[in-house]
Amino acid sequence: MKKRLSQARRNEQLKIVSIPDMGTRTQLIRFGISEGTTVRCHQKLPLGPLIIRYKRQEIAIGREIADTILTEKVA
Amino acid sequence: MSHIDTAVGHFHHHTTHDDSILPPKDQKKIVLVGNPNVGKSVFFNHLSGLYADVSNYPGTTVDVAEGRMGKDYVVDTPGIYGVSSFNDEERVARDVILDADIVLNVVDAVHLERDLFLTLQLIDMGFPMVVALNFMDEMNKEGVSIEVSKLSELLGIPVIPTSAVHHLGLAEVEAALNSARPGHQDPRLHGKLHELLKMVGSQPEALMVYEGDEAVSGRHGVKPLNFRESSYVDRRLRANEIIRQVVRHVDRRTFREWLGKVSVHPLMGIPILLGVLLVLYQTIGVWVAQDLVGFTEVELGNRMYERLVKDVFAEFTAVSVKADIVHADADGKEVVVDSKSFFFPDGKRYRTGETLAMQDFVRGKNVVYTFEFGQPWAMVFAGEFGVLTMTVTYIVFLLLPLVIGFYGFLSVLEDCGYLPRLATLVDRMLTGIGLNGRAIIPILLGFGCVTMATITTRLLGTNREKTIAAAILNFVIPCSAQLAVITALLAAAGGTYILAYVLIMLSALVILGTILNSFLPGKSSALLIDLPPMRLPRLDNVTKKTYLKTYHFMKEATPWFMFGAAVVSIMQVTGLLVAWQDLFAPVTTGWLSLPREAATAFVMGMVRRDFGAAGFLTMGLTPPQILVGLVTLTLFVPCVASVMVLLKERGFKEGALIWLGTWVAAFTIGGLVAQIIGIFH
Repeated sequence: MKKRLSQARRNEQLKIVSIPDMGTRTQLIRFGISEGTTVRCHQKLPLGPLIIRYKRQEIAIGREIADTILTEKVA
Repeated sequence: MSHIDTAVGHFHHHTTHDDSILPPKDQKKIVLVGNPNVGKSVFFNHLSGLYADVSNYPGTTVDVAEGRMGKDYVVDTPGIYGVSSFNDEERVARDVILDADIVLNVVDAVHLERDLFLTLQLIDMGFPMVVALNFMDEMNKEGVSIEVSKLSELLGIPVIPTSAVHHLGLAEVEAALNSARPGHQDPRLHGKLHELLKMVGSQPEALMVYEGDEAVSGRHGVKPLNFRESSYVDRRLRANEIIRQVVRHVDRRTFREWLGKVSVHPLMGIPILLGVLLVLYQTIGVWVAQDLVGFTEVELGNRMYERLVKDVFAEFTAVSVKADIVHADADGKEVVVDSKSFFFPDGKRYRTGETLAMQDFVRGKNVVYTFEFGQPWAMVFAGEFGVLTMTVTYIVFLLLPLVIGFYGFLSVLEDCGYLPRLATLVDRMLTGIGLNGRAIIPILLGFGCVTMATITTRLLGTNREKTIAAAILNFVIPCSAQLAVITALLAAAGGTYILAYVLIMLSALVILGTILNSFLPGKSSALLIDLPPMRLPRLDNVTKKTYLKTYHFMKEATPWFMFGAAVVSIMQVTGLLVAWQDLFAPVTTGWLSLPREAATAFVMGMVRRDFGAAGFLTMGLTPPQILVGLVTLTLFVPCVASVMVLLKERGFKEGALIWLGTWVAAFTIGGLVAQIIGIFH
């Protein structure tokens, strides 16, 4: 089931399906994250940014960007 | 875009004409490259020894450090995640890297997945390279293991395991530089770059053009190609494949990971933030701004330094010297018990009856002198607001300790990894006014010095954010010099008024931000930052950063403080200052319901914001008047130096608009507060 990254719950594992904005996509590729990467929602601030974790890398993503990123739940 | 290109132009001019920087032909340029927070500076210090030349890249807050290693040159670059032009750091690093003969790539072993992207990109550029695999000690604690020889084999370049903070592997890295060689490039990509070589000079530049870098393409008069994304994806896949082959890890929970997580927790993060702010207030707000500056400004500045300058001027030019005999009263406060003025029409160097009379008057007593010069030029240099007196005291004995304090605190927060987490925590609050979490840095600095903070707005992502941040700083944020006086006045006014002041200023901030956010065209950038692991701050790093930032700020701002003081001194000498005050009087008394002398405070606030507020201390204002006065004064124009820096940073039109806007806001809001209070009394 697909959902937006912004809808992730804390500690949930999600696979990134699409990052529509090219700027965001190229930035995230350099941090190690691309479409197809499985990330964990590490922390979530109410109405604010969320922090995703991939291997030992933590990235804070503003809500506005997280709203555009599509993910699917990893069983 | 245009000001960035100018900056690049300056840099090239700089490197080609400054004889200390351009290396002769047989010297090699070794460039250190790495992601942020990988411990690059320790390698730089090791390789370059004691002497490094740090220059500020024009139009940015980015520093580039250069030093010598034997006959070769070593250049440090800002931390980047890849070679491209997404921000100032990257643009600066890109240009330094393009000139490299050898690249020393420092890599964080704990975050190899991330760092390998840059490593592979540098390999694709064809540079002879060495990789320093740093944080080997932390890696073991985190449960990661890397097969170093295999990594070296796959990359095709020497990989040296290091733990730079413990000085392990530094000598080995230095030795390995002799065997630096180009690594295994992506063969398909290499073929494509080869075709581009005809049009652009070198393989590194060819890669930049291939990956769509506009500035590099522009320099060669070619159109940037559109292969950035496919190239990045391929590189990411190559990096992932290498990781699969060389890295093993077991998930292990560490204390610092927990601390990092707690500090951005929606609930637990708040007390941590308040704790940090409390420490900031206590160290910088109380110890530095009040205790230390109280001593340096009054004792060293006013009483020793200025006294000396005035004494020297008084020797040669017409002067009236007022001698106040002071005694300490029961509370230890100094009170004037006797006072007398002496006039020396040709300067004190001629012994006259006045000389003897003054000597008699002050003999064996504790005296405070006030000098009044007859000549206008003497007033401009050595008078109350003199360029050599007040300005020097202000810059050296008040501003300098504050700036060191603020930058020092910020460097500690940055070095330990808290700053990006703070930005994350406050992001939500700032998005409402068209900023993102990163804007917390200039806003925090604004409470130290608005001039310093205005310069720092450069680090924000878009022009729109820079405008909003600059406006907020110059309208509503009181700087530390002003805060001390505001606190004293509000404490006298009492609880309700303190609350009212804070609420009015906060609403002004929100309203201003919201208005700008809705009317400024374009879109602000959203937060997207890497959170480095929490680490203990390192003293040498913090000291170096603080020194560099302070140095560059003082260098940039000092002329403006001098200029501002000169303008006001000239206004004083020519009588313009008084005329100005008279002009203000009707507004002050009628609309703001303040005493006539309060006009002086507003005029003085234009020179030094604390002067304005300090004027209120002696006026015997009622609590409502204090509130009105302080609201008006806080919103009112920033000091002259701030205005100059504002005009320089944001351009004349925008700077002037902000400046005029502060006039309107200050007197409108101040007046409304006065009228509202008037209704209830």
